[in-house]
This record gives sequence, structure tokens and C-alpha cells, in this order.
Amino acid sequence: MFGYVPLGMAFGMLFQDLGYPWYFSPLMGLFVFAGAAQFMAIGLLTVQAGLLEVGISTLALNSRHIFFGLSVLNKYRGRGLRKLYLIFGLTDETYSLVTSTAAGEPHNKQNFYLLITALNHSYWVLGCTLGALTGTMADIDTTGMDFALTALFVVLLIEQWKKVREYLPFLIALLCGLMGIFLFKDQMLLIAIGLSIAVLILQWHLSEARK
Amino acid sequence: MSDTGYLIAIIIVMAAATFLTRVIPFILLRRMADHPLLLFLGRYTPPAIMTILVLYSLQNLNFTTPPFGAVELIAIFLTTTLHVWLRHPLLSIFAGTGFYMAAMQSGVLS
Repeated sequence: MFGYVPLGMAFGMLFQDLGYPWYFSPLMGLFVFAGAAQFMAIGLLTVQAGLLEVGISTLALNSRHIFFGLSVLNKYRGRGLRKLYLIFGLTDETYSLVTSTAAGEPHNKQNFYLLITALNHSYWVLGCTLGALTGTMADIDTTGMDFALTALFVVLLIEQWKKVREYLPFLIALLCGLMGIFLFKDQMLLIAIGLSIAVLILQWHLSEARK
Repeated sequence: MSDTGYLIAIIIVMAAATFLTRVIPFILLRRMADHPLLLFLGRYTPPAIMTILVLYSLQNLNFTTPPFGAVELIAIFLTTTLHVWLRHPLLSIFAGTGFYMAAMQSGVLS
């Protein structure tokens, strides 16, 4: 959970290179609260990408959250603002904490989830602030810092491997991804993810038909 | 570059898109949560998406001119080795990124 501070700082420093006022970094952390998407946005902001492209890329990148939500549907109960905030804050990190920690009775659980979400959110905004301020005060060479995004994805991929340990979904995605890169460079993300999900659905139907 | 109106619009679009991906299962898929296809997708889509995201972040890798993507590949190897060994996400990410930054800034491998 403390990992959000240094990662947020890396984001803030890279963000500061774009030349916007520093406070937009914590504002982005506060309202978007999505590490990978924010790192990706730096690349898109650099090339002044259109709103539609940024929207579609964010949707594609965060489409994994749909499946996070599915598996905590029964954990996140209650209603109103508290629940809305829990849903808003369902990041990779919050998800892994919520699904790996066993809390006590139902009422306490909801407070516990709320606490985890609020702490993660605060650490992330703090990191984004510190990074952006460091960027304004010191002249830091951030060349290559964008690799943090790749490294983050590699780590999340290894975690998926430890969890699933079956070659097929990785192989399907590898082929769809390479196809996306070579055939549809600009919309690679959306096409590769859409295609892999289509292949997975097909695979499910085939395995159901065999039963 | 410093057009704040553009940046604010980007932040709004990103916040909306991110929230949408998080809220969809709670409003649309509530009744179907136990459907076998959704359980299947819930298990196999995240590994597929992570694979694609790694490829996505490497899509501008250049294998045709020196150092033929060597810096990226070594940095990924370092991140992977550390993570498989110690499984400490932050350490793996920072070591890989630190190496990459040092290699790019010093130009040793280019």
C-alpha cells in the first residue's frame, strides 16, 4: 500500500516535464486514481492526443477492472456514497488487498474496505503531489522513467501467471497483441483486447459443447 | 503544450472512463455474476489483458537499429528475475526502471 507514494512520485515527476502547473498532478490522482492509465496519459498528452483517443485508450486499459468488480460483487455491500467511493477506488492495489485479506464480521469488513481504499487514495495523491513538487524544485533528468509503466505491467503479468498457470490465455493474448501491433498500430490496445475476449468466449463455447 | 483547458478535459474524460470500467459490473452484471461464462472470463481475461499491456508498452521497441532493444530486454529480464525471486512489486519495478534510466542516460548500450 505504501508503494503508492514512490509510484505516485514517479508519475508526478514525469507529469511535471509536460509543463503544466504542478497542482494538476494531485488533481489527476484525486479524480482519476488509476496508476497505469495516468502513466499512459503522459505519453498521450505529450503527443496532444484527441479526447476520443484518450477515452478509448483509458477504457481499454482499465477494462480489466470490470473483472475485478465481478469478483468483489458479493464483498461490497451496502449502498449510497460509501459504496460509490469503494467502487471508484477499486484499483489493482485495492483489489489485491481486498481479495487477499480476511476481515472479521460483515459490518467491520465494510469499514475495513473503506479504510484500505481511503488510505490507498491518500498515498497516491500524496505521491503525485510530492513528485510534481520535486519536479518543479529540482532539475531531474527523467529520461527513461517512463519504463516504470512497462515494469508495472511485467510485475502484474507475473502475478497473473502465479495465479492462473495455464498457457492458453497468455498465448491467445500474445498472438492477438502482435497482430494488433502489426496491423492496427494506433488502436492496438482496443483491438487486441477485444479480439482476445472474443477468442476466449469462443473457447468457452467450444468447451461447453464438448461437455 | 501548456493548454490547461485541454488538460482539464483530458482529466474529466479519464476520470469518467475509469469510473465506468469500475462501476459496470455493479450495475449491469449484478444478476449474471454467477453465470459460467462470466466466471470463465473473470479468470482468463486478466492474464490476457496483462500480456497485451506489456506488448502495448513495448510497441515502439526498435529491433532494427543498435542496441536492438537490448536495454528494454535486459530491464525486463531484471524486473522478472527479481519479482520471481523476491516477489516484492516495488523493488522489482524500481530496480528495472532504475537500470533502464541509468542505461538510457549514460548511453552505455547505445
